[in-house]
Amino acid sequence: MSWVYSDKVKDHFTNPKNILENEAEFNADGKGDVGNAVCGDMMIMVIKVDKEKQIITDCKWKTYGCASAISSTSVLSEMAIGLTLEEAYQIKPKHILKELDGLPNHKVHCSVLGDRALRSAIDDYLQRNNLPNTFKETNTEIICKCLNISRNEIKIAVVERGARTFEELQGFTKIGTSCGSCIPEARAVMEEFIQEQEEEEEKMKKK
Amino acid sequence: MDKIVYLDNNATTPIHPEVRKAMIEAIDYYGNPSSMHQAGRIVSDAIVDARKIVSNFINANSKEILFTGSGSESNNTVLNNVFSNCKKNISDTDSDKCKIHIITSAIEHPSILETLEHYETLGVEVTYLPVDEFGMVRLQDVEEAIRPSTKLITIMLANNEIGTIQPIKEIAKIARKHNVLIHTDAVQATGKINIDVKDLDVDFLTMSGHKIYAPKGVGVLYVNSKNKLYPLIYGGHQENKWRAGTENTIGIIAMGRAFELLSEEMETEMAREKKLIGKLKQGFIDKVPYISINGHPEISLPNTLNITFDYIEGESILLYADMEGIAVSTGSACSTGSLEPSHVIMAIESRPERAHGSVRFSIGRNNTEEEIDYVLEKFPPIIEKLRKLSPLYNI
Repeated sequence: MSWVYSDKVKDHFTNPKNILENEAEFNADGKGDVGNAVCGDMMIMVIKVDKEKQIITDCKWKTYGCASAISSTSVLSEMAIGLTLEEAYQIKPKHILKELDGLPNHKVHCSVLGDRALRSAIDDYLQRNNLPNTFKETNTEIICKCLNISRNEIKIAVVERGARTFEELQGFTKIGTSCGSCIPEARAVMEEFIQEQEEEEEKMKKK
Repeated sequence: MDKIVYLDNNATTPIHPEVRKAMIEAIDYYGNPSSMHQAGRIVSDAIVDARKIVSNFINANSKEILFTGSGSESNNTVLNNVFSNCKKNISDTDSDKCKIHIITSAIEHPSILETLEHYETLGVEVTYLPVDEFGMVRLQDVEEAIRPSTKLITIMLANNEIGTIQPIKEIAKIARKHNVLIHTDAVQATGKINIDVKDLDVDFLTMSGHKIYAPKGVGVLYVNSKNKLYPLIYGGHQENKWRAGTENTIGIIAMGRAFELLSEEMETEMAREKKLIGKLKQGFIDKVPYISINGHPEISLPNTLNITFDYIEGESILLYADMEGIAVSTGSACSTGSLEPSHVIMAIESRPERAHGSVRFSIGRNNTEEEIDYVLEKFPPIIEKLRKLSPLYNI
């Protein structure tokens, strides 16, 4: 009988790797937290960094959320160990989705938090050590090769034009309307920007 | 399907073995009940019998029973009836006079809430009454919401998620006082608490087959003989011209048998289920810290237990439980493809986390004490494991 999730997701969900058991003992070099219990997904991620080589030597986490969220953070923690800070910073939801052999469409947004938690941990490490952040990417990566549509265009559609559904995004940009192979990634990128936008709006309200 | 511990009877129930027998027999009675020859008459007689049994169960008259395709259809029929009644009975110059206002509760089933949202776009005004922390509608709120244009109060007899039983008899009194129609969605209450339509004094009442060990695809609408009913589906004389379409004969015959079995089994079964739920509830209270019980402690369905497990999320609980062969449901936003948490839990407690961490256990006639013991053995480690993963659990 099939599961709604892939075998990889099932594995990471039933046997999550790198759970943070004792935060004090771990003595993190950087810590990031994203999400909140209100929306149903929340993650904290902690890293240890080899200062000379700027490599992540250990990564642990805790997650409040569904099977997608738990397995995303678990697989991400495995991916991150051994990477340079720069490489880790570039991990995107599509990479996580690939490692998990995919998630159902309505669950993609649960995987979009993990990489932000990791980037947040790296940002924290850099800040603690007064190091500049040279890793922030500029959204020029092309997502839809047929129509030459970049991350930045998706961001504009979300932030400036208010796109919140994939249909709306396609309405504004025509992304994925040719061969369609970029659609899963386009959805993930859209979710990223929506989440960022919502967090920005929350912060503005609090001010 | 492997044998599982099925604790999701409020979602749907397995078919009673006696109902299954009746259905298999009914398959061979293929006639159209509207036909005058014997192939048709044998079926129409069976439907007459089924209708009588259903009407007896709720202390109504056969003529007051309409068989529909589902509880949702019955609910839609009532709302459509109120709407049609006004729109058809006014002249052009009176268009102001037929303002329609309907009162309902915030915790109704989507087949009431979403249908009302649709009617709001057509100009109907709706008041969605809040509930207290136990999910109970306050009588004072009902009375205060009534206006000259109020045509209907529709409030469920018992809630499917948290089990709270509403004071429908008292609400009906208020409705009568103000000459307002009263409907109650009794889908979840049927077969769990006594239903007497004369005692309740309601105008309409909805029931559904697949919650009472009958098949999916058949429902009932009780229509108090005082009331006219406009069809939702036109085009035939079936069901007293209330609902066109050749009858779901197998489903209706199954309903009759299911209600017959309910009259025989309900009392002892409910006492048994109440004990099992009590054991499950006490077991959780003893073994799992940081939980809260959702719903009213006493005025609640005997088979339903809804618990919020703090610090963890419902879909992950549900899937771990599924791996142990236990079937339950959750109010979390992450389950079932909707991104909204349970509107029922949100109505009794405004913290969404309480909805995200909620699990509903609803037992039925097939559940045994051994199964309850199994759940109490398997659940605490699941909760503990998920709490160890959670950033919110800092104990």
